[in-house]
Amino acid sequence: MLNPMLFDLIAMVLKVAVALLIALQVAPIMVWVERRQAAMIQRRVGPNRVGLFGFRMFGLGQPLADTIKLIFKEDFVPKQANKVFYVMAPMITGLAGLVAIVGLPLGSYVEVFGTRVNLQPVELNAGFLYLFAVSALGVYGAALAGWSSNNKYALLGGLRASAQMVSYEIAMGMSLLPIVIIFGTLNMQDIIAAQSGHLLFGFLPAWGVFYAPVSMCIFVVCMFAETNRLPFDLAEGEAELVAGFLTEYGSMRWSLFFLGEYAMMTTLSGLAVCLFFGGYEIPWLPQTRILELLTGAGLGRELALWVMFPLGLGVLLGKIAVFMFLFVQARFTLPRFRYDQLMDLGWKIMFPFALANLVVSAVWAAIAKFGLP
Amino acid sequence: MSASPSPYLPILFAVVAGLLVVGGATAASFLLGPKKPNDAKLDVYECGVPVVGTARQRLSVKFYLTAILFILFDIETVFLYLWASAFDFLGWFGVVEVGLFASTLLLGYVYILKRGALTWD
Repeated sequence: MLNPMLFDLIAMVLKVAVALLIALQVAPIMVWVERRQAAMIQRRVGPNRVGLFGFRMFGLGQPLADTIKLIFKEDFVPKQANKVFYVMAPMITGLAGLVAIVGLPLGSYVEVFGTRVNLQPVELNAGFLYLFAVSALGVYGAALAGWSSNNKYALLGGLRASAQMVSYEIAMGMSLLPIVIIFGTLNMQDIIAAQSGHLLFGFLPAWGVFYAPVSMCIFVVCMFAETNRLPFDLAEGEAELVAGFLTEYGSMRWSLFFLGEYAMMTTLSGLAVCLFFGGYEIPWLPQTRILELLTGAGLGRELALWVMFPLGLGVLLGKIAVFMFLFVQARFTLPRFRYDQLMDLGWKIMFPFALANLVVSAVWAAIAKFGLP
Repeated sequence: MSASPSPYLPILFAVVAGLLVVGGATAASFLLGPKKPNDAKLDVYECGVPVVGTARQRLSVKFYLTAILFILFDIETVFLYLWASAFDFLGWFGVVEVGLFASTLLLGYVYILKRGALTWD
């Protein structure tokens, strides 16, 4: 048996490493998925040539080739740019994306030497507020990039991006309040556990989406706006702003913005999955039941938990993949908003809806929990 | 459970690891890429036409208003989170109190809406 302090440290490092590896893998894979899916929608072939070791593998070598190309691109700072902020901006966006993902629970728990290890790398009692706090830091990257480039288009793009992100953040924060009220906790592990134990009306999994469908809709729309994805990607609307705050960026700096963006998409999708779609739990087959089945089949308890960890992680990533599919599908299906429409949607539609949803949910939950006044 | 070091320690570790990744990526392309600067390349890219003036200009006050309003309503949301996590404990008292609080802010929202602070043209 190890020293408990050392044991905790090792467990922590491993958990964070797994989460960061997932975040780092998402960007290259999603670049390929995005291009292939776009090609399918537009009835083209898409990148299908670059493979590894002579195998084409549907062009899966493309992201690797792209990365190598980007590393060997010339890395320069425009002469009128503010050098410090220009270099810092992509690092902030990339860092925010990577640090946010460690707040997601990757599985319920495993046991090592009889010690229970929670598979959520960061277990704060503030729960998913941590994800909000860190994901909001991405705004600094966009605003600083736009300002430091000293380019009028970049400046406008950065301003638009930051105004848009803050506008949708309010509705986003409010949309999740009913979930907190219904489940009575901010802890994501507890929320997931509360969604898996029983069935609604005897056949529906007790997912948050069935308790708070309006919240889910508002959250998903805000998620698109927060990550600056189409139909909300006015920040880099190429028809009017060249490439927005990305205009003056190239080489790895440019790709750091995308690393951050894809990591943020993963994190927010993961948050939506955990709060509304049961997280790592398989619908109709809760992990406690799987544990019973596996131990009943003769597996030891510790081993059974270790079998369930990759299973749960796979389920979680599968559910996140559905959201990622939605992101890409929306990108190539919907036209872009106009800026005033975008701000109107955020302030005049999403915000009142989120507030009304909150009031209705609160009164409903109060009647259900405490009876009529 | 054994005594955990601190729940914030993994965040510190993630920040350090993340800094290594983003710093490493920036450094890699700085070290490996070619260095052939010229005036046209280092110039600001504004659709390829010669740059007129600077980007350090005055901005629409709308962006400032949006930021201020965001702070107002975001703080409201923060307060609501406190209430939501203590919902079971506060009972109907909390619901009514928060209803009063939120309706006060709603009045302010209607006011800024009527004054056109949220109208973009």
